[in-house]
Amino acid sequence: MRNKVVLRRLLANRQARYGLIALALLVVLAYFGPYIGAHDWSEKDFLSFLSAPSADHWWGTNQIGQDIYAVTLHGMQKSIVIGLLVAVISTGLAALVGASAGYFGGWLDRAMTWCVDLLLVLPSFLVVAVISPRLKNASWLWLVVLLAVFGWMITSRVVRSMTLSLREREYVLAARYMGIPGWRIILRHVLPNLSSLLIIDATLNVSGAILGETSLSYFGFGVQPPDVSLGTLIAAGSDKAVVYPWLFFFPAGLLVLLVLSVNLIGDGLRDALDPGSTR
Amino acid sequence: MGKYLLRRFAVNLILVAVAASLAYLLAASSLHPRANFAGRNPAPAVEVVDAALDDANINDKTPLLQRYGTWAAGVVHGDFGKTWEGGSVNDEMGRRIGVSLRLLFIGTVLGSALGVMVGAWAAIRQYRVSDRVIGVSSFVIMAIPVFVVATMLMIGVVGLNRAAGSTLIEYTGEYNPTLTGLDQLANRLNHLILPTISLCLGQIAYYSRIQRNMMLDVLGQDFVRTAMAKGLRRRTALFKHALRTALIPAATYFAFAFGTLLTGATFTEKIFGWHGMGAWLVDSIYTNDVNSVAAVNLFAAVCILIAGFLSDVIVAALDPRVRVS
Repeated sequence: MRNKVVLRRLLANRQARYGLIALALLVVLAYFGPYIGAHDWSEKDFLSFLSAPSADHWWGTNQIGQDIYAVTLHGMQKSIVIGLLVAVISTGLAALVGASAGYFGGWLDRAMTWCVDLLLVLPSFLVVAVISPRLKNASWLWLVVLLAVFGWMITSRVVRSMTLSLREREYVLAARYMGIPGWRIILRHVLPNLSSLLIIDATLNVSGAILGETSLSYFGFGVQPPDVSLGTLIAAGSDKAVVYPWLFFFPAGLLVLLVLSVNLIGDGLRDALDPGSTR
Repeated sequence: MGKYLLRRFAVNLILVAVAASLAYLLAASSLHPRANFAGRNPAPAVEVVDAALDDANINDKTPLLQRYGTWAAGVVHGDFGKTWEGGSVNDEMGRRIGVSLRLLFIGTVLGSALGVMVGAWAAIRQYRVSDRVIGVSSFVIMAIPVFVVATMLMIGVVGLNRAAGSTLIEYTGEYNPTLTGLDQLANRLNHLILPTISLCLGQIAYYSRIQRNMMLDVLGQDFVRTAMAKGLRRRTALFKHALRTALIPAATYFAFAFGTLLTGATFTEKIFGWHGMGAWLVDSIYTNDVNSVAAVNLFAAVCILIAGFLSDVIVAALDPRVRVS
C-alpha cells in the first residue's frame, strides 16, 4: 500500500519523472549503445587520429584512433557501476554505524561520533588521493571500497540523531522489555523507520560517488588504465579541449546529465517520501 | 559561551593532531620515494639512495613508527621536514600558502555572501520566474564538477580572446612578473577572474539552495508577520527578522561547504596554473613526496577546523539562545 502511494507520488512529481526518464535513457545508451556503434572501444583506427565527428566515427576519435562514442559509453558503464556500488555500501555503513551509535549510546556512541568527526576533518578526496598509489595494478573494486569507506560520515550523523528519538518510542521500548536483543531491534524497528531517509541518501550518494570517482580519476588517482571511466576520459580530453572539443564535451556532457538525472530523482524521492508533503 | 568555545578549541587541537598523524602514516605507507631513484641512468648506488632518503626521513628501511616519531617531533617544533629532493617543506609551504589562502578566502566570502543573497531573494520571489530560473540553474550548476566548469570557462575565454585579437582575460598563472605597480595589480585581478568564478559558482548554487529553503520556512512564521504588523517596512522585517533567523541553519553548513571548496581549489589551482597548496598535493603525490603530502593534509585539517570554529562563532553571534546557555 505504502509503496504504491510512494510510487504514485514519485511519478506525479515532475522532477522525478524527468530524472527517471533521463536516467533510463542514459543507462540504455551506456549498455546498448555500444552494440549500435560501428566500432569497439578497444579498437584503434590507425587511419584517423583526432578526427572530428563524422559518419564513420560519430563522436570523433582521439590521438590513438579510438572511437570516442565507444570509449565514452564504455567509461560511462564503469562510472554508473561505481556510483551504484559506492552508494549502496556507504549508505549501508552509515545506517549501521549511525543506528548502533544512536541506539546503544554510551562509549560506543562517543567512540563512533569521534571517528566521524575525525574523518570529517580530512576531506575524503585528499585521503583517497593519498592512498591511490596503492591502487596501481589493483582492481577498480578497491576504489569502490575506498570511496565507500570515506563517504558515509554525514549520512551516519543524520541517522544517529534520528535513532536517538526513535529509541524512546513505545514499540521500541516494548520490544526491549520483551528481551529482544539490540541488533535485532535496530534491524527490525529502527532501520525500517529510517528507510525514506536512507533511500533518499542512497540516491544522492550515487551522484556524489560518481562525482568523487571522476574527480579522483581526473588526476589519475581513481580508475587506472586499462580501465576507463568518464573521469579518465574527461582528464584526457580537457587539455586538448580548446582544439579538439569533441574529446571533452561528449564525456563531460554525459557526466553532467548522469549526475543531474540522479539528483532529480533524489529530490523527487524526498518530496514523495516526505509524509508532510501535500502533493 | 567563552568556555564552550574554548573547549571546542581544545577538542579541535586534538583532532588536528590525530588527523595529521593519520595522514602522515597513510602517506608514508602508500608512497614510495625510493621509486624516484630507480629510473635513473646510471642507477645510483644503494648507499647513495639510502643516504638521500635518510636525509629527508623517508627511507622505507627505517621502521614506520620511527619515521613518524622524527616527523612528529619536527612538526611540534614547526619544522615540516624536507621534500624528497632535500629542499625545505617549510619554504615551499611559505611560497604556496598565501596563494591558496587568497583563493579560499575569496571563494568563501563571495560564494557564501552571494549564495545567501541569491537564495533569500529567490525565497521572497517564490514561484515567480526569477525564483524558477535561480532554482533550475543552481540545480544544474551543482551537477557540474569544478574541473568541467573550469575547462569550459577556459574554452570560452580562449575563444573570446581569439575573437578580440588580444588577451582580454588571462587564463593561466597568477600574475605577469614583468609588470610593476598598478599594472601589476590590475594584472593580478585579471588573473583572479576565472579561478574565482570556477570556485564560487558551485558555492553560490549550494548556499542559495539551502538559504532558499530556510528562508521559506521562516517567512511563514508569526514573528515576521508581527514585525510587519507593528509597522516595520517589508525590507527591514525581511532583513532584520527573517534573514537573520534563516541564516543560522545555513551557518552550520559552512564547515561542510568549506571542505568541498578546499577540494575544488585543488582543481582550480591545477587547471589555471596557480602554484598553491592543492596543486602541490597533486604534484607531490606524483613524486612520492611524503613530507609535502603530510604538510598539505595538515593544512587542510587546520583550515577545515577553523571553518568549523568560525561556523560555531557565527551561529553564536546570530542565535541568542546559544549565547545564553
